[in-house]
Amino acid sequence: MTTIQKKPAVGQVNPIAHLDAEDLELIAKELDDIRQSVIDSRGERDARYIRRVIKTQRSIELGSRVILLASLFPPAWVVGTVGLSVSKILENMEIGHNVLHGQWDWMRDPKIHSSTWDWDSATPADQWKHAHNELHHNFTNVIGKDNDLGYGIMRVDEDQPWHPMHLGQVGLNFLNALFFEYGIAAYDLEFRGAIARGKTKDPKFRREAKAVLSKIRRQVTKDYLVHPALSMVTGSFLSTALANFTANTVRNLWSHSVIMCGHFPEGVQTFEKRSIDGETKPEWYVRQMLGSANISGSKLMHIMTGNLSHQIEHHLFPDLPSNRYGEIAPQVKDLFERYGLDYCARPLPQQVYSAWHKVVRLSLPNGWLDSTNVRNLPRQLKRLYDMTTGGPRVRRALQARMVQEHRRTLAPAA
Amino acid sequence: MLECMSSTVAPARRWRSRALKLAEAATTPLVPADFLDLFAPLRPGADLRGRVESVHPETPDAATLEIRPGGDWAGHVPGQYVRIGVDVDGVRCWRAYSLTHGPRADGRISITVKAVPNGQVSSYLVRRTRPGTLLHMEQAAGEFVLPAVGPRKLLFVTAGSGITPVIGMLRNLYPSTDSGVLRLPRSAGYDIVVLHVAPSEPDSIFLEDLRRLHEAGAIRLVARYDDVHGVLDVNDLDALVPDLTQRTTFACGPGGLLDAMTAHHDDRGLPLFTEQFRVTTLVAGQGGTVSFERAGVDVECDGGRPILEQAEDAGVLMPSGCRMGICYQCVLPMREGVVRDLRTGELTTAVPGETAHGGVRIQTCINAAAGPCHLDH
Repeated sequence: MTTIQKKPAVGQVNPIAHLDAEDLELIAKELDDIRQSVIDSRGERDARYIRRVIKTQRSIELGSRVILLASLFPPAWVVGTVGLSVSKILENMEIGHNVLHGQWDWMRDPKIHSSTWDWDSATPADQWKHAHNELHHNFTNVIGKDNDLGYGIMRVDEDQPWHPMHLGQVGLNFLNALFFEYGIAAYDLEFRGAIARGKTKDPKFRREAKAVLSKIRRQVTKDYLVHPALSMVTGSFLSTALANFTANTVRNLWSHSVIMCGHFPEGVQTFEKRSIDGETKPEWYVRQMLGSANISGSKLMHIMTGNLSHQIEHHLFPDLPSNRYGEIAPQVKDLFERYGLDYCARPLPQQVYSAWHKVVRLSLPNGWLDSTNVRNLPRQLKRLYDMTTGGPRVRRALQARMVQEHRRTLAPAA
Repeated sequence: MLECMSSTVAPARRWRSRALKLAEAATTPLVPADFLDLFAPLRPGADLRGRVESVHPETPDAATLEIRPGGDWAGHVPGQYVRIGVDVDGVRCWRAYSLTHGPRADGRISITVKAVPNGQVSSYLVRRTRPGTLLHMEQAAGEFVLPAVGPRKLLFVTAGSGITPVIGMLRNLYPSTDSGVLRLPRSAGYDIVVLHVAPSEPDSIFLEDLRRLHEAGAIRLVARYDDVHGVLDVNDLDALVPDLTQRTTFACGPGGLLDAMTAHHDDRGLPLFTEQFRVTTLVAGQGGTVSFERAGVDVECDGGRPILEQAEDAGVLMPSGCRMGICYQCVLPMREGVVRDLRTGELTTAVPGETAHGGVRIQTCINAAAGPCHLDH
């Protein structure tokens, strides 16, 4: 039988062992009904919502850009930079991401449509839609198929063998956060894979790479040439360029944090490639339920995260209007509770901490972080040093010993 | 002369185009218009829109909307129609309506809409539109206009809301003022009979206008009500309009009446111009022929499987993605037709003239044909 769960790690239990095929069917039926109720009531109120968000975002952007024309004056710099950061976050999260998902296609407005929209990001909309809508949303949290999971550069699961290069993944993840839009462009392009497989001469790759470069050129020209040049009237070229760089960085850090919270905190399940062979729709639903995590918070928080704070609801119904996720969340949560599933939702700081903690933990050999304390620190550091400098055999042996020690601490005292 | 032109006009144009390029570079990936639309949606150069200035009820189920068109409105000839895009329950719908005034001094235009039963758009326009609403528009179009030179003995046959283009022509010929109907030199020599057909007297839009014109001697009005006179039989035309054979007929109304009129006039070799708005009625069924217009391929599709699969089976190169309705990579424009969402049973229809130019975009991976469909692919 096909199972959707991965092999439970040491000390964990299979989260859906208590559900049989009939339960899964019932869950799917309830989820279909929730989806249908939203579609039936979709209308003028929703259309007004997205138009208001777009109008607000464009007004803030315009206002901030005008204020930044005099960015040499510190108050103008601060106000303009804050405004531009907010506008860039709104543009990417609540507007761009969701429009490109086709959440607003039902309005039949050619100006707010997934097939015509482009966003303020290094990655061209077409490539992002392929990598995100088609791959990430379909293969959510399946190791080796879902590039969003560690972006193909990180160790994301205990089952992946540890290698010394993983020690660098904390720094790598931070760099990725700082330059996140370029990181996304690179993995939408499947840049690393193309280099690894020597496919950089492939015409499709070349065409897409050209599209990315041209998009980046336009983006960079706008933020670091045109607007700074317009600010020269007040001698503010450099300060405006710096303001734009700051706003882009703020957005990068923010969106990286929000997205990391969606699938990476502790308690979120990952899945083996083999586990989705012949997967049914109910199994797909449950994988989305277990593979996503929410951020709890205020209405403003939800809007600023593009309602990705309702990641679970978004992954169950990627094409429902984002303003509805919050409304159906209580029903979805109730469903989780009735079927004994863990609805992973915590405030932003906790989720961010949890996700980073996992990055750190997985950058080290399995069990190392958990079993290290002040007393055994010298021994553990020695082990880590040996595993880092030694060959695969040394690593396997020391790893096995640490796992056994960890098991013993979990076993009930005899 | 030519040199003189190029030295003054060309640099101005070059500066304009440079400024435009700069504005585009400053707003990419949006365009400058996206920001200008925030403040001036009716400015020249914007997509053509109109603002509803006032709504006048005409009958219990019809209203006239007075609209201030955008700066690029190119004017119209009485009898022409305009396509209006309006968001009904959040969904952009397009319909054609006759312009019911001649060109006006204040630059506004008006359309008269009758709420048809189950007509989402007409009901919305009549009952829920408020002054200030922005509408999307196209330039006026239509060949149903009075020829500038030509016959002056005319018969208008109008049924139901078919009166709207005709009232536009009549108001242009005979403007109505507080002091009565004006007789202008340009209208001299016209001899007009209006045969107005409606289900009942209270259902008649513009009846007051027609009566006023009749009393002023501008036209001769023959009104026929289904509930009083029975449904109009075209063979009675000779009795209603004795000099029928000397007149050129303009008919506007539902398809059944126009078909009967065409047969009647063709038989007797009489000149006839017709206008019908709703050209096709789509009935949803199970399956149908899906035409991929650019590929030049027709595929017989059953109603049980997605169009995507069946088109691929037939060898059409199709865009595709998740194949479960979530990624929107398989979306294609449907110019005409009906499809059914296999998950929800929901129907999506595309009717040329009613839906936006370029058609309605449908997900081919979860929609099955529910009738003949034309996809732009």
